[in-house]
Amino acid sequence: MDKKDSLTLLILTVCLVIFPFIVTNTYYISTMVFVGINGIIAIGLSLLMGYAGQISIGHAAFFGLGAYTSAVLTAKLGFHPWGAFFLGILLSSCIALIIGIPSLKLKGHYLAMATLGFGEITYIVFNELTDITGGPSGIGDIPKISLAGYTMNTDIKYYFFVWAFLLLILTFSLNLIHSRIGRALRSIHDSEVAANAMGINTGKLKIQVFMISAVFGSVAGSLYTHYVTFVSPSSFGLFFSILLVMMVVIGGMHSVWGALIGAALLTILPEFLRALKDFEIFVYGSVLLLIMIFLPRGLIGGLEYLFNRLIKKV
Amino acid sequence: MFKRKLLILGGVLFLGLALSVNSFAKKVDLKEPYKIGCLFAFTGPASWLGEPERRTAVWIEDKVNKAGGINGHPLKLLIEDTKGDPTAAVLAAKKLLKEGVLAIVGPSTSGESMAVVPIMEEAEQILVSCAAAEAIVHDPKTDKERKWIFKTPQKDSHVVQKIYGHMKKSGIAKVAIITDTTGFGAQGREQLKKYAPEFGIAVISDETYGPKDTDLTPQLTKIKGTEAQAIVNWSILPAQTTVMKNRIQLGITIPLYQSHGFGNTKYAAAAGEAAEGVIFPCGRVLVAEFLDKKHPQKKLLVEYKKAYESQHKEDVSTFGGHALDALNLVVAALKASGPDKNKMRSFIENKKGFVGTGGIFNFSPTDHTGLGLDSLEMLTVKKGKFDLYKK
Repeated sequence: MDKKDSLTLLILTVCLVIFPFIVTNTYYISTMVFVGINGIIAIGLSLLMGYAGQISIGHAAFFGLGAYTSAVLTAKLGFHPWGAFFLGILLSSCIALIIGIPSLKLKGHYLAMATLGFGEITYIVFNELTDITGGPSGIGDIPKISLAGYTMNTDIKYYFFVWAFLLLILTFSLNLIHSRIGRALRSIHDSEVAANAMGINTGKLKIQVFMISAVFGSVAGSLYTHYVTFVSPSSFGLFFSILLVMMVVIGGMHSVWGALIGAALLTILPEFLRALKDFEIFVYGSVLLLIMIFLPRGLIGGLEYLFNRLIKKV
Repeated sequence: MFKRKLLILGGVLFLGLALSVNSFAKKVDLKEPYKIGCLFAFTGPASWLGEPERRTAVWIEDKVNKAGGINGHPLKLLIEDTKGDPTAAVLAAKKLLKEGVLAIVGPSTSGESMAVVPIMEEAEQILVSCAAAEAIVHDPKTDKERKWIFKTPQKDSHVVQKIYGHMKKSGIAKVAIITDTTGFGAQGREQLKKYAPEFGIAVISDETYGPKDTDLTPQLTKIKGTEAQAIVNWSILPAQTTVMKNRIQLGITIPLYQSHGFGNTKYAAAAGEAAEGVIFPCGRVLVAEFLDKKHPQKKLLVEYKKAYESQHKEDVSTFGGHALDALNLVVAALKASGPDKNKMRSFIENKKGFVGTGGIFNFSPTDHTGLGLDSLEMLTVKKGKFDLYKK
């Protein structure tokens, strides 16, 4: 992690701590909870897409695996929420390993197709394995999670809970990308052949980063489950996978900060646009289109550009 | 000096005038509006449910306000789109609660309703859902009705009992069931299997199909090879018409029963001649004009149907009716007990003989759906139109 990142992280933490004291409306707080949850998955996906250069259009599956593991084990089998939480992580990383070995040998569109297929299969399993997953009707009445004697039963508590996770994951990711592994990943992104020639075990590295992003997805899934206390397959379909890719792309593929900004924008924007009623989708689409046309490097790219121009002028 | 005094005098006069105008304006103004929240999925994959619900809710709001509001208070609906997505529904419900709504009507689908239920229970606010799953109002863990939650659509179990009752009368003892893989189909399949022994009926074939299937002859060929005396096709998807068509193509002649999910004129039209003679239980909205003049639901149904169809140039469906019943119920509670959530809740919980589009509602502390078997009517398709089934 370099100085700039540490500073930004510090500012972000301060802002996050102050936020619920300024904004007391629980609706805004719970919107921020979802920003945090989506942010965690987006950061993982950004490591995979932006750094390792591997596309995944099936990431909602890992989110779903985490969510369903937590839901089934706690609501139906009476497991402790934290036990289910870690089992979810274990399951997701194992599946990522099994899926990753054959599919990460693919490139470009073929990899996209393979992950798409994996996402769809998981979605169908959630739908059809009625005895375990409750099928399309989902699982309800999921218990809340608690930490150090505090039950996370209010929006404010959950806000701090989720964002603490996000900051941990963000710190981990920032450290990762500035390490030897991070540099190796970026070399894969630029040219896999060159990376191979330099003696980097690209296959192993790709699977590792795929597993990391699956773990992040699973963490976010468990956090989602214990917040909403209801899961059904419709939350983990293709649409959500695409939304996740959009978060990473809109925010800026080459930076984990971009993923966070993208997640924030795509979670807050629809809520913000509710006031427009029927024109919501129209404006939503236009905003996305304008960003892609005028800021091809994503929001973070645009911000960096503006920042640099400002410094030059000063 | 003089100028200054004049200025002060002018200022005081202006202030006084402003105050008096203000107080005058207050007197003329209507009483404070009653705010009711609505969660409908009018965009996204469930918009065929949400859009008629929204249109119906707006119609009711207009009607109530034209008639002078509720005890002089105008009715104000805050309608939010849930897009068929449980996460969006959760956020929208929290938003509505923050905006101070007295109750929430909706959401449209069972999944969204299940996601919103814990929020409403925690906030101790009334929710009248427009979705069918029984788990919405009934907590399976405590085996009790959820305190603040009600719903207006008929229970799946009642539809199953109605079908099986009819079969029993016609001497049918062996059935084949074919259901879709949505939440609606899965619930139906569960109930069909659960109630069969009670009616002395054996489910001898159990097939399913997906939302995008275009050819169901394999499933139906299997059924043809069994000794089934009737088929039950339980679905809410357009694919259900494929079952009807494929059945004719395969020359299957045993009676075909449909679920209430067939209650959409578009499906009858899509199936064409293959729909002739199918039997299905449904609420009375679709056959309003065939009802007896003295039927208690007749007036409401005919009024709703006429208003909806003339305004939107679209056939009325049972789904909009669920929103109508839910909203009417909340309005009735407000009229009777004012904006007090506890009184409103106990009013709804003890309401008997409430006439709705779905039937005559009789709520009780052990029944937050309030509809009995008598809310359903056996219907059939005659020359492409829904009609009462007579035999």
